[in-house]
Amino acid sequence: MTVDPSTLPLGANASRPTGLDGLVADWSSDQRSFKSASWGKAMMWIFLVSDTFVFSCFLISYMTVRMSTTVDWPNPSEIFALNIGGKSIPLILIAIMTFDLITSSGTMAMAVNYAYARQRRKAALLMLITAVFGAAFVGMQAFEWTKLIHEGVRPWGNPFGAAQFGASFFMITGFHGFHVSVGVIFLLIIARAVWRGDYDREKRGFFTSRKGRYEIVEIMGLYWHFVDLVWVFIFAFFYLW
Amino acid sequence: MTYDAKRSAGLVNEPHPPTEDADATAPQSAAAVHGEQHPIALYLLVWVLLFVLSACSYMVDYFNFQGYLRWGLIIFFMLLKAGLIVAVFMHMAWERLALVSAILIPPLAVLVFVGTMAFEGDYTNLTRLMFFGAG
Repeated sequence: MTVDPSTLPLGANASRPTGLDGLVADWSSDQRSFKSASWGKAMMWIFLVSDTFVFSCFLISYMTVRMSTTVDWPNPSEIFALNIGGKSIPLILIAIMTFDLITSSGTMAMAVNYAYARQRRKAALLMLITAVFGAAFVGMQAFEWTKLIHEGVRPWGNPFGAAQFGASFFMITGFHGFHVSVGVIFLLIIARAVWRGDYDREKRGFFTSRKGRYEIVEIMGLYWHFVDLVWVFIFAFFYLW
Repeated sequence: MTYDAKRSAGLVNEPHPPTEDADATAPQSAAAVHGEQHPIALYLLVWVLLFVLSACSYMVDYFNFQGYLRWGLIIFFMLLKAGLIVAVFMHMAWERLALVSAILIPPLAVLVFVGTMAFEGDYTNLTRLMFFGAG
């Protein structure tokens, strides 16, 4: 049996030095630097770094317009408040969305664990639950957008204050919501494959023709946790600041 | 002829049938050995911590803290949450330093960008106040 070096288990590298010596040894070694990660995982990480820069640009431009405007910035605490039982609770919808996304991250982490334990039905169910939480998040975001649009918020102006508020809001939350939507679609596709046992049979992918492996669940998980990670920053800088 | 067509025509050996359980019926392929497995309790702990930290940052707004206390707390809770997600949920804590440094160091350049744009925003604000007056 020939061994593809990119699929060598971590255990095979147990003799490699760790820490800073390991960093130097890995980067100066032959063929590949990421000894503990397969090409699929490394590529997902590199994609996520590039996505980090995209979201950074959005948040930095939001910071710039908020700092430079001479008009008062609308108070997100009031704008995103909801009336529940005749009482106005600040930011309540955003808080629910935050807890929803954290919960979906938790179920995704467990799905990865069960996928590696080869308990495919549990893994697929947990991915399905993750997708449901993701879809609920997008639904709440649609509700939030509808509410704000009815109140007169537009990308070029709004009745509450600085005109740049709408542009920042729609751009940042829209791009994040798009990420969540794409994630839900891929979660469903991979959950279906896990449920059918495609990765037990090493069924080849329709696109790359490579043998399917359970690692795809972890790679999917990286993307999903990243979506949650971005929301942590949006929640802090856009909604709480 | 695609791989699946060959397989259904019996031209390829079926590696092994789908199995439900993690026991010996599943062969120990590379992915099984390679995969990160940690106790579910660890994930539940992180989950609870993320809930608590989110609740804390929500409370900052609810109790209407202002000024440096507000910004400090918001950033503190945000960084803790981000760290937990990356380290545990994304398994960064168990990766080798070569990958960790390649992924986590480049985003630090964003801080320079933040600095220059803050300078720029401040300057634009100043010129607007000078030439257009407040509002």
